[in-house]
Amino acid sequence: MIVQEFVFPVLSVIVLLPVVAGVIILFIPGDRRDLIRGIAITAAAAVLALSLAVYLGYNNQVSAVMQNQDMLLAADDIESPGTLMFQSGLAFEERIPWVQSLGISYHLAVDGLSAPMVLLTGMVAVAGVLISWTIEDRTREFMAFFLLLVAGVYGVFVAVDMFVLFFFYELAIFPMYLLIATWGWVKLREYAAMKLTLYILVGSVVALVGVIAMVITADQFFQNEGAQVFQNAVASGLLPSDLSTFNFSITSLTLAAEHGAFDAAGYAGVEALTFAKLWFPFVFIGFGVLAGVFPFHNWSPDGHVAAPTAVSMIHAGVLMKVGAYAALRASVQLMPEGAQVHLPWIVFLTLINVVYGAFIAFRQRDFKYVIGFSSVSHMGLVSMGWATMNLIGMTGAGIQMFSHGAMTALFFGCVGIVYDRAHTRDIPSLGGFAKKLPWVALAFIVGGLTSMGMPGLSGFIAEYPIFVGMWDASPQIALTAGGVTLSDYYAVIVVIAALGIVITAAYVLRVVGQVFFGEFNAQRYPDIPAITMPERVVLILLGAPLLILGVYPAIMAPMIESGVRSVLAMLGGA
Amino acid sequence: MTTILGIDALSFLVVAPAVAAAIMLLLPRSPKFIGRWAALLLSLGIGAVAVYVFLQYDSALMGYQFESKVPWFELLGASWHVGIDGVSAVMVLLTGILTPLAVLISWEIEDRVNIHMALILFFQTGLMGVFVALDLMIFFLFWELSLVPMYFLINQWGGPNREYASVKFMIYSLGGSLGFLLATQLVGWSVSQIPADAVLALQESTPALAGYAAGRPTFDIVYLTALWPALADTIGGLFLGIDIATVKGLAFVAFFLAFAIKVPVWPFHTWLPDAHSEAPTAGSMLLAGVMLKLGAYGFLRLVIPFFPDVWVAPINVLGVFEVNAAGIFAFLAMLGVVLGAFAAFGQNDIKRLVAYSSVNHMGFVVMGLAVTALVYGEMFVNGSSAMMQDAILATNGAVLQMFNHGLSSAGMFLLAGAIYHKTHTRDMREYGGFWVKAPIYGGIFIFTSMASLGLPGLNGFVSEFLVVRGAWPVFTALTLLAMIGLLFTGSYILKGIRAVLHGPFNMKWRDYDLEIEAREVIAIAPLMALMLLTGIVPNWIMPVINDSVIRILGG
Repeated sequence: MIVQEFVFPVLSVIVLLPVVAGVIILFIPGDRRDLIRGIAITAAAAVLALSLAVYLGYNNQVSAVMQNQDMLLAADDIESPGTLMFQSGLAFEERIPWVQSLGISYHLAVDGLSAPMVLLTGMVAVAGVLISWTIEDRTREFMAFFLLLVAGVYGVFVAVDMFVLFFFYELAIFPMYLLIATWGWVKLREYAAMKLTLYILVGSVVALVGVIAMVITADQFFQNEGAQVFQNAVASGLLPSDLSTFNFSITSLTLAAEHGAFDAAGYAGVEALTFAKLWFPFVFIGFGVLAGVFPFHNWSPDGHVAAPTAVSMIHAGVLMKVGAYAALRASVQLMPEGAQVHLPWIVFLTLINVVYGAFIAFRQRDFKYVIGFSSVSHMGLVSMGWATMNLIGMTGAGIQMFSHGAMTALFFGCVGIVYDRAHTRDIPSLGGFAKKLPWVALAFIVGGLTSMGMPGLSGFIAEYPIFVGMWDASPQIALTAGGVTLSDYYAVIVVIAALGIVITAAYVLRVVGQVFFGEFNAQRYPDIPAITMPERVVLILLGAPLLILGVYPAIMAPMIESGVRSVLAMLGGA
Repeated sequence: MTTILGIDALSFLVVAPAVAAAIMLLLPRSPKFIGRWAALLLSLGIGAVAVYVFLQYDSALMGYQFESKVPWFELLGASWHVGIDGVSAVMVLLTGILTPLAVLISWEIEDRVNIHMALILFFQTGLMGVFVALDLMIFFLFWELSLVPMYFLINQWGGPNREYASVKFMIYSLGGSLGFLLATQLVGWSVSQIPADAVLALQESTPALAGYAAGRPTFDIVYLTALWPALADTIGGLFLGIDIATVKGLAFVAFFLAFAIKVPVWPFHTWLPDAHSEAPTAGSMLLAGVMLKLGAYGFLRLVIPFFPDVWVAPINVLGVFEVNAAGIFAFLAMLGVVLGAFAAFGQNDIKRLVAYSSVNHMGFVVMGLAVTALVYGEMFVNGSSAMMQDAILATNGAVLQMFNHGLSSAGMFLLAGAIYHKTHTRDMREYGGFWVKAPIYGGIFIFTSMASLGLPGLNGFVSEFLVVRGAWPVFTALTLLAMIGLLFTGSYILKGIRAVLHGPFNMKWRDYDLEIEAREVIAIAPLMALMLLTGIVPNWIMPVINDSVIRILGG
């Protein structure tokens, strides 16, 4: 249900334009670097512009979407309010049946949760191309693979069909491997690229198995107890008429979930077990590997450090959010009962992420490792927000995905700019760089303050509701294991998580002080060129949203709220 | 509604300094006079608006004035809600006056002028934001935000020990506000748990609560002042799995710590001597002159109204005797007065002496606030208003002391900075006999010191008298000890005067021009005028304070 439309299928253009551009680039002679860069930046800028248009277009509709959701929640004679809320929140929808026999459709759309992610991807894509402007070694291949990676990431965010989601998810992984292994830091790149790829692939395979099991179970449900529900949905237009009961459509799976397809007791012969209870951890943690959930975060710091700057930016800034987003869509939305059983213990893993990640970041000597572990810590907050299972906490998590994405991309941009000139990332060896690169220092300080949750910046806007959501969840959530019941413990978790903030402040101040202030070693660094225009654009492009969102949360919070509400409707109904 | 450049006056006061700071960053780096004059003119403009707001404030009217409320973060029920009452009007005036003077004093800075000025202006945004905020999230936002520019001012332009001082300042303050952060989240969310019928009942007795929708979180200070203290009665029993009185107690401790560190209340003051003495002159002026008042203001605006029952709840010590939080607060105030004075007396560094004098003077503010807490708490819990008149006097004294100390400590740091600028040492043992070479400086120094000491006829006397008079019936023994502390205040002030101005002239400075510059005299002149005016005719400001204090205390 949308009010505005573009004359062309904007989401397909956003997803496929980088692929087309990448392919074109591969046909250009390798030494025509300027042409290659020109095409790359044009493609990236175009998708950024389109992403912004999609974002603003959706932003205009948010109040209409919310009103519709209110109406659906208030009415008590609607058969599938949760699915309807999800379906009606989708915008710029496109659908083409793809593999009919398997129920796979090429089905794209954005909702309140994915629209900010689409915007973020566009920003990081442009920033990545600009920060890689001076790459001379096999520029053609680099830009082509980078654009392919961008396309893959976009595809996951806009997918409304689980197969399409996996398709683009895997599409993003292979250029990631090549980019790190070929253009990364010599000492670590092969190890890091292999480790990263294996971790993420295994995680996604586990999740894939779970999703396929879901598709099969939903099919069985729709053929038996849920037949009437399915027919009603097709008749009312909720599901397309050419859809068979065996399909990968997220809407259809949501419908099945809402009517208890995954909640039937006696799964696998065990009376207390349901499908959702068994499969939720596999799917959530399978995708959660990409989100850096402890203890499967280990690929992330090495991956960040070994990758070239642009790849680090997209890796920490967007790819980890892909994991969190997919975890929400595929497991929390589709297996809400499983979420209610498992998230209360998964929250402990997220707490470890937040605090342990911060402590380890504090101990690092390598500039990039500090930021790598800082990412692990901040992504813990996103997962913690999912674990609150209430409106405020989950909206905070959505805001944190955007805020941290921009912030960490900014961090890596700053690190890359310093490293290009100093050729070292060793913090004790650096110092006084604010004199030579004042704007980089300022950008890094803005990023650092955002990561500490300093009010006035987007980090505060994101972390505050996550914490309030934890308080709100505390009286509601209890964990029962063996004969022991643990209740009201979310409040304790949030107090401990707040420790992460103090440690973050400590390491941010330390890094800023040691790298940008203090004595500048002119003998060691005789020539530090000033910042270039592309680098300046990167800093502004990534830094401005941190400030804007920090003072004007209304520009994004209501949109994320609308996206979260349909997931919450599922949690409420389960 | 008064609007300036299209936005309401208070939002202008908050936002304009930040915009001015951004302008400063874009100005050319040389010639330096561009940056200096631009900063001065911008801050004077903002100061003029602050003075205008103060003069327009009508103390006879009930409620907050210049109020503006715009939804900001609807998910949480936080809005951009600003407004002032008498207490905040006085603080806004103080901030508006001190910032241009700090800018003027900073004309002596040669290194990165524009950034230095931008940081001073950005600091003003933080200060103004706290004083006009009527939403807890906005309050917290500016509370934290003000730390950032001050950190950089100390870290980049400070004295020899600046690295240590700035980091200690930042981490100490952040650590204190961590509990505050969690407590504000808890407070804002927990009122959503109050059942709807209880909210309706409260709305009938409190008209200010009319706009609140039950079951939603809110961070509006006006709403929370009505809702949060009533939490125990409306929810009762267990909250978050523990007894609600314990939850309130923990939230109280969190709030208390954050503000106690800022004031600073003894023993949470140890960040202050380093931060004040290592900061550049403008930083010290604003830090001592205004930033410390953020803490005291927080006590008056938040901690006392939110936790009246906790302040007077009896605490059993070792099964032997009973105290309550207000009593402990008064005890710490007395320690601040006495020990601060002793510590100041022992200093050889002139800026450290003035820094400890801040601990000493803020002790009186805390003493007054302790009386407020006790009487307001008693009134809330059992309706007795026996010592209401004393509480009004003490609170008036505390608020006036906040203003007065702002003037006198800014003046003292200005003078310390002036002599440091000439001699490049802060060690008073190197000074001596300056009266001969710098009589104008000497005269101003004595005047400001006397104001700081509390000489009748100058401002310090009025506020200290009010506090002592108000506290005497309530905390007799502690007030007596604090007054003995006043004796030692005299001793360190006189020691300072003797060390700098009297005694043999140190021949080392024979060829130096030690006299105060015209620019510095212009900077301190308004402070001196106000010190004299407040001392002789305190009624230019007292009605503004008094009417609001009476309303806060509900008398």
